[in-house]
Amino acid sequence: MSIWVDRNTKLVVQGITGKEGQFHTLTCKAYGTNVVAGVTPGKGGLNVEGIPVFNTVAKAVKETGANAAMVFVPPPFCADAILEDIEAGIPLIVAITEGIPVMDMLKVKNYLKSSKSRLIGPNCPGIITPGQCKIGIQPGHIHSPGPVGIVSRSGTLTYEAVHQIQKYGIGQSTVVGIGGDPVNGTNFIDCLTAFQADPETKAIIMVGEIGGSAEEEAADFIKKNVTKPVVGFIAGLTAPPGRRMGHAGAIISGSSGTAQGKIKAMREAGIAIVENLGHMGDIAKEAFASVIGAKSAKK
Amino acid sequence: MKIHEYQAKELFQKYGVPTPRGKAAFSVDEAKKIAAELGNFPVVVKAQIHAGGRGKGGGVKLAKNAAEVNQYASSILGMTLVTHQTGPEGRLVKKLLVEEGLPIEKELYLSVLPDRGTAKIVFMASEAGGMDIEEVAAKTPEKIIKVYIDPLLGMKGYHANELAFGLNLSGDLAKQFSAMATKLYKLCVETDASLVEINPLILTKDGRVIALDGKINFDDNAMYRHKDIAEYRDLDEEDPAEVEASKYELNYIKMPSGNIGNMVNGAGLAMATMDIIQLAGATPANFLDVGGGASAEQVENGFRIILSDPSVKGVLINIFGGILRCDRLANGVVEAAKKVGIKIPVVIRMEGTNVEEGREILAKSGLNLITAKDISDAAQKIAEIAKR
Repeated sequence: MSIWVDRNTKLVVQGITGKEGQFHTLTCKAYGTNVVAGVTPGKGGLNVEGIPVFNTVAKAVKETGANAAMVFVPPPFCADAILEDIEAGIPLIVAITEGIPVMDMLKVKNYLKSSKSRLIGPNCPGIITPGQCKIGIQPGHIHSPGPVGIVSRSGTLTYEAVHQIQKYGIGQSTVVGIGGDPVNGTNFIDCLTAFQADPETKAIIMVGEIGGSAEEEAADFIKKNVTKPVVGFIAGLTAPPGRRMGHAGAIISGSSGTAQGKIKAMREAGIAIVENLGHMGDIAKEAFASVIGAKSAKK
Repeated sequence: MKIHEYQAKELFQKYGVPTPRGKAAFSVDEAKKIAAELGNFPVVVKAQIHAGGRGKGGGVKLAKNAAEVNQYASSILGMTLVTHQTGPEGRLVKKLLVEEGLPIEKELYLSVLPDRGTAKIVFMASEAGGMDIEEVAAKTPEKIIKVYIDPLLGMKGYHANELAFGLNLSGDLAKQFSAMATKLYKLCVETDASLVEINPLILTKDGRVIALDGKINFDDNAMYRHKDIAEYRDLDEEDPAEVEASKYELNYIKMPSGNIGNMVNGAGLAMATMDIIQLAGATPANFLDVGGGASAEQVENGFRIILSDPSVKGVLINIFGGILRCDRLANGVVEAAKKVGIKIPVVIRMEGTNVEEGREILAKSGLNLITAKDISDAAQKIAEIAKR
């Protein structure tokens, strides 16, 4: 089991004929993802290595039954691409694009609320259920199926988390990168809710960073609703206030959004905090020992 | 992106938001000329830097006559203004705003910005104007009114009413205020502002509502559709190394008094690497995210910019090779190191795709590159270098 993506996922890729879009589509396909269609306006009728290209998402859905979308559309047109997915009734939309203006995302986010679609990202590495389906730009081969659900605002930190638990032979149920933008679709609480409900997920790693209050809200949610063990990490203890640290959403505003504040809230919620990134694997192994058993944790 | 007060006020005027009469001055003579054009005294001479707290730092003066305009403009232009936002090194003042002094009846606070938590546009208003709003929020949160607006619906009359009556305004003042708030909403949304703040917004003794101050920040991701606003960028207000880095699309932020430079792929890992350096007992000299597809040119320029900081005693490179393979990256690092000429120790921690090949390339390069086997090892090696 897993959350949101599995063997039954049928993927349509928006921006499939672009350089990045094409490259990552083919990596997803090679990983085993069922890529059924691509969309590039004006290029309908072509195909990319056998994947049929359509002019609109609606047409792609009608012809192929796609039930998930991956968005590689450049920032000026990306919000429109997401809206097109929502209107076409796609249940899961994964937006990889970095650099969408906040005002555009505000509209997308409010329109999403009245729909049945789930948006992951933007500005994220994507979502992967190891061995079944990869939607995104992650290096698929570092993952393996297993009992740990991972949710993170950062791409490379997600790979780092996967790598460090893999060293102990611990695999993942589903890994979700929710993205580094200030306004995004799926948040920590959505992922935590799904991981808590998923019988195959036995433990959770949550990777946050400075800016906003999503980690504090997630900590509060964990305290009240999550019974599975959670390991947490927050990046940005040394980040100066008022500066955007790479991610558009990674900024300390005045006294809010600090790493110290987030760590405190998470600690109080009973989350095992990783202070030094180098120790993430060790701490996870120890914190998860009671639930994942000796079988999955080798070495 | 940040802009100056005088630029914010230009935008206010464009949107019909009332401001004091005035103009920017780049010399003492210009300041005197503007004061003469205004026709009346007092006039206000205000330092223009991208930081708040200018009044407390001595950068805002009220001149009662032409001689005082001369005196204040001379003393403020060219001064290094230190405020709670500039850090101890302060900012050199190169521009002034000279404007009419107005009879103040009351000072209010008003701001409008996209709120990340609720995904709405939020107005914040307070009768406690002219004060640090963070302080007001911490000590007397009941004095701040918040009105949330759905961006799909836009601002309606009742939103403006909620603000105006919440501020205890009535009659003509309430009308003037509501009109102003509606224009500010339009400005915020149309220009992709991340913050529009007026502190103080004043009620004058003769019954007018005026933006006495003005601050606007913009969403960098939206500047592609605002070429006119992008021209407001003032490179004098930015760190020269950061300006240089932005030319190569490198995400670089200089840290004061750091001794260990670092180069990382991915913003989260870059922040975490700075934290690791600190935990190891050294101090990070920068933030540098070379991105997921770092080219050889970017790595080279990243190196050059890090090494241009004389306080840097060592460099930590931390790469998780995903799509970007470690062997390709190692080649980039070796070439860059040869070109730039590195005289200080460089510790490299690499993990991920083709890591063995990458490590071999580094080992055979003949350069002063120290390979770390994992993050903890890298931190320890960096700590030893910092102690030397």
